[in-house]
Amino acid sequence: MQRVGQNERVPVTITLNGRQVTALATSRTLLSDFLRQAVGATGTHVGCEHGVCGCCTVMIDGVAGRSCLALAVQVDGCRIDTVEGLAGEGGALNALQRAFQANHALQCGFCTPGILMSFTDLLARNPSPTEQEVREVLGGHICRCTGYAGIVAAVLQAAAEMRGEAA
Amino acid sequence: MKPRPFDYVRADSVAEVLELLARHGEGARILAGGQSLMAMMNLRLVQPEVLIDISRIAELGEIRIVGDMLEVGATVTQARLEAWPKLEEVAPFIARAIPWVGHFQTRNRGTVCGSIAHADPSSELPLSLALLEGEVVLRSCRGERCLKAPEFQTGMLTTAREADEMITAVRFPIGVGRKGAAFREVARRHGDFAIVGIGAVVAGDGNIRLGVGGVSDRPRTITLPRADESDLQDRIERFAWELGGYDDIHASARYRRDILRRLAPRVIQEALQCNG
Repeated sequence: MQRVGQNERVPVTITLNGRQVTALATSRTLLSDFLRQAVGATGTHVGCEHGVCGCCTVMIDGVAGRSCLALAVQVDGCRIDTVEGLAGEGGALNALQRAFQANHALQCGFCTPGILMSFTDLLARNPSPTEQEVREVLGGHICRCTGYAGIVAAVLQAAAEMRGEAA
Repeated sequence: MKPRPFDYVRADSVAEVLELLARHGEGARILAGGQSLMAMMNLRLVQPEVLIDISRIAELGEIRIVGDMLEVGATVTQARLEAWPKLEEVAPFIARAIPWVGHFQTRNRGTVCGSIAHADPSSELPLSLALLEGEVVLRSCRGERCLKAPEFQTGMLTTAREADEMITAVRFPIGVGRKGAAFREVARRHGDFAIVGIGAVVAGDGNIRLGVGGVSDRPRTITLPRADESDLQDRIERFAWELGGYDDIHASARYRRDILRRLAPRVIQEALQCNG
């Protein structure tokens, strides 16, 4: 049994984008705040803080989930992947990111980090999603610039490229 | 939009959870997937003194067949049940309904038992429990009991769970809906809380069981004898009127009844058509 009292501050260790990091958290620190404020990884955005908008979506042990609905102490020892981990050496964008750029799939970009993480999960599980499947996953996000058509096109294009098909 | 301070305890076994629940009672809450509870805590609608994290208790993470029931443990996520290869064969109705539960991202962490414990009147899994006549396994230091859906579901966001009890599993009868199953709902956006959700299964005797969420304070069911179509519509109209419905920011009671009147015949038709 592990107990964290309400006035305690405890070290929490996560593997963030492949690198082990440790920072302090209280029992009520949300994973989203832990990433942004304790670790300093501000790529993950925070919108509604009750699981509706999808901005804060990260991958927790390999599956996409809301970081505002998880506690830092709850994911101690877990692997967390965020938007900062997508680009390769020297900041080279990955296939999904390139497709977002090519299809104008972001305007203000606030919602984009969460959307990228959801589709990183989807494409890992299902390399050939239908447009309907892409739309259903996108249903878990809100883009107030309403650039949904570009996002759907980008994901389908990235999926094709990752399957080795010509775009 | 942050939770109020609380003591966090990660339990390693069910015995530890039961001991904590016995000690803290109403002040304690169980955290599994957190997809309803954490949202309510962030909004401060729920303010537990002690939060008991059960997500790493291995014995609660099983999907198994026990006798003629499908048993789903307390930490099994909705995504895991959705991806379970035997789901279509064992529980075809749940296979139809589960893609409608929340979003892809919330199903990844949200648990089947958690949704049933939360008892939102418009949720798909509480409706599945009621429609399929499933049961809920509750454990406390005092022992274990098993409640049938109508005994467990007592109202809006309320169940018959006592403060010192935890849900260790839910069970669904195997094979209900093999003769036909369908589910539809009306929501502002796929994955949002349903305004009204409707499910239908064709029972072994050919009768139709209809389940409705989002019209009453809890999922409601009715058995409709297979009769001619006009009689069916009359029965649905009467059922809708009996349920009454409730007004909220999303829809009026009348609109909810209207959805039921219009959608139920289509769901029944769909269930009958997939009758192989």
